[in-house]
Amino acid sequence: MSASTRTDGIVAGRLDPATLEANFADLHPPLDPHEARVAADRCYFCHDAPCVTACPTSIDIPLFIRQIATGVPEAAARTIFQQNILGGMCARVCPTETLCEEVCVREVAEGKPVLIGQLQRYATDTLMAKGEHPFARDAPTGRRVAVVGAGPAGLACAHRLAMNGHEVTLYDARPKPGGLNEYGIAAYKTVDGFAQAEVDWLMRIGGIVQEHGKALGRDLDLDALRESYDAVFLGVGLAGVNALRTRGEDRDGVQNAVDFISKLRQADDLAALPVGRRVVVIGGGMTAIDAAVQSRLLGAEEVTMVYRRGPEEMAASRFERDLATSKGVRIVFNAQPVRIRGKKDGTERRVEFAYTRYGPDGFEVTDETFEIRADQVLKAIGQTLYEPPQALALKRGKIRVDAAGRTSVAGVWAGGDCASGGDDLTVTAVAEGRDAAEDIHKALMS
Amino acid sequence: MADLTTDFAGIKSPNPFWLASAPPTDKEYNVRRAFEAGWGGVVWKTLGLDPHVVNVNGPRYGAVWGADRRLLGLNNIELITDRPLEVNLREIKQVKRDYPDRAMVVSLMVPCEEDPWKFILSQVEDTGADGVELNFGCPHGMSERGMGSAVGQVPEYIEMVTRWCKQNTRMPVIVKLTPNITDVRKPAKAAKDGGADAVSLINTINSITAVDLDNFAPEPTIDGKGSHGGYCGPAVKPIALSMVSEIARDPDLQGLPISGIGGVTTWRDAAEFIALGCGSVQVCTAAMTYGFKIVQEMVSGLGQWMDDKGHADLDAIRGRAVPNVTDWKYLNLNYVTKARIDQELCISCGRCFAACEDTSHQAIAMKPGRVFEVIDEECVACNLCVNVCPVENCITMERMAPGTVDPRTGRMVEAEYANWTTHPNNPAAKAAE
Repeated sequence: MSASTRTDGIVAGRLDPATLEANFADLHPPLDPHEARVAADRCYFCHDAPCVTACPTSIDIPLFIRQIATGVPEAAARTIFQQNILGGMCARVCPTETLCEEVCVREVAEGKPVLIGQLQRYATDTLMAKGEHPFARDAPTGRRVAVVGAGPAGLACAHRLAMNGHEVTLYDARPKPGGLNEYGIAAYKTVDGFAQAEVDWLMRIGGIVQEHGKALGRDLDLDALRESYDAVFLGVGLAGVNALRTRGEDRDGVQNAVDFISKLRQADDLAALPVGRRVVVIGGGMTAIDAAVQSRLLGAEEVTMVYRRGPEEMAASRFERDLATSKGVRIVFNAQPVRIRGKKDGTERRVEFAYTRYGPDGFEVTDETFEIRADQVLKAIGQTLYEPPQALALKRGKIRVDAAGRTSVAGVWAGGDCASGGDDLTVTAVAEGRDAAEDIHKALMS
Repeated sequence: MADLTTDFAGIKSPNPFWLASAPPTDKEYNVRRAFEAGWGGVVWKTLGLDPHVVNVNGPRYGAVWGADRRLLGLNNIELITDRPLEVNLREIKQVKRDYPDRAMVVSLMVPCEEDPWKFILSQVEDTGADGVELNFGCPHGMSERGMGSAVGQVPEYIEMVTRWCKQNTRMPVIVKLTPNITDVRKPAKAAKDGGADAVSLINTINSITAVDLDNFAPEPTIDGKGSHGGYCGPAVKPIALSMVSEIARDPDLQGLPISGIGGVTTWRDAAEFIALGCGSVQVCTAAMTYGFKIVQEMVSGLGQWMDDKGHADLDAIRGRAVPNVTDWKYLNLNYVTKARIDQELCISCGRCFAACEDTSHQAIAMKPGRVFEVIDEECVACNLCVNVCPVENCITMERMAPGTVDPRTGRMVEAEYANWTTHPNNPAAKAAE
């Protein structure tokens, strides 16, 4: 091994392959059948259960857990997939601690919720391992729909449209489908190529043609799509990245966290992936956490995450924060970058921060500053909608949609992170894609 | 600590915890281990005549489990001892010699003729055993050969065999009763009439634990076939308690000592059997599930409870619950209660609501914010909400004070006791006279 955790600069191979493999193993190893039954038995089968209300896709959680408890996880999986065709991925990446498990009556009563996420994974894994696709297509309608973006929203929309008998063309700008499931999200949450396996499994519904490497605005034109198809769904996500607007941002070693994560997710050999000895991550959301934790797991000696506000305003959940600190990430609150400095050759790079506070006039930056050494700086202060078609009305920087996902342009629906309303979560995107598909179906069939 | 010594029909033991006649008391090795662990006595697994029986070599037990494989009920198709009589007798003698303070009772099962009984009783007497238990209860296998429960289901046979035994031995005779009958008082009475010194109950209940849905065969399955076995373990305790109470409160059976058997798993179970009139308790499934060491929990638990309550010895608690077991018709109809939900303890699961709304009296309201409240106008105090609530003491049944009006009936709650035999609305009131 040429490098170690104490090698200066941004280098590959800080850890040996075995350590890397252990570091990036499944965050929550799957439950075995006995564990699943015991975990399922803790469910009280609540009346009008709060967990169902808390789930953006409204999965009938008590029912699927009872199906696990009675030894039919395959039936449980069907219950899940009826509401959420990406139930397998959501079981892995949903912040259950702020959704279903947060309102589980056993969380409220004992601080120990039923393990809804892990049980959902047990059920969906069981059915998927059997290679079974639980749905069949309705009779062909002869209608054609373009779905732009093969992330969670687009996949859910395409599947539901195909199920309803429509012909779907699923476009994506990247070489692989999956969106953030494939290019975002920490590697230890979706191991063994699950994102692609899930897409392959989903495609077995039939009636969906995939077109990769086609980006809206570059290769695809909204008007042309409207001409060629009976309806269009946009699930393009947030491809733009917010800039720090800080001096020194253009230096080497300063990178968008999403690019760092995407590269990591696509890497065949983690030992070949360079990472800084000292990494500073700027931001307070899930992307920041994923970048910080994975930097540590790659062998960075010091990883500091700096967020400009306090913990209560942080977008990342308590669970995620605890995960980060348990992996050795230091989190600094109430500080924002002033400038990035250092020698031209990349050495002695440091980030200067100023403390922030809430003063009489609200949020303000103080004069008090400090420096953190940083071989590598990862920026994670939010993503934005990238060059949306002119015709679409926006709302707070996102494509404006109504409750059914309809945009301001007739025949065009949108959902997922690119659309207004709802949290930027995989599960929310699935719900929006699914519901838009139902509305498109209604519109096309009336 | 409270005095746990036991004198059951003249059979003495340092505590009331005996191992029942069953696989755990099959041979010397096991029984020595049991006595070392602290068991007060054993009933040696049933002896029969030579040639000894042959047991099945496939599974002998089947089980019913709760979550996390907690064993709730056990089913057994093993026969009586499958070892030569002489071997058993020699071992009994050796163990009794080494543990003179422990109760050594020997279970017996031979054909319904006087000579075999006479023969085996004299053999057992020579071992120095403290008593015998007549196995009229085993519901599987032996019953097909006219023994076990085949005898226990015919009171005349019970009386006849018991009489033979009493005439042929000086040892106390305990008659073990089968629950596979309609009225347990009849066989108990027959035993008493035959001169029995005591009864023990219950033996196991006819059972099939499950059906293998791949092979469509009952479990436990032996080469594709299954036969009913005898059910025991925690699941049968309520049945055993009821049958014990029937005997304990029957005027014709007063004074007949009872050894309680059926699902005794903890000291508390034992205390309940004793409160219903038992002089000793017999344990099998709990020992088979956890090993002999559980007797230490039973001894310490019973002792602590008795100390806490100021009960000096077992006589102070024996039968104390018997006067409170009554017939339905004597229950106080003027005792009116209503369910009360402690909102501090409520975790808003809504199980009480679902149970009451779907299957009972629509007496629980679900209010905004998942608040559940009892509707007194509808509550008949059935207790189902209490039973399905996952939180202990969250829902309780509170008595309505006499003089207040029951919103359900619109009638004043009366202070006086009144039962079915006196209630004006009861068409059977007169017929009962």
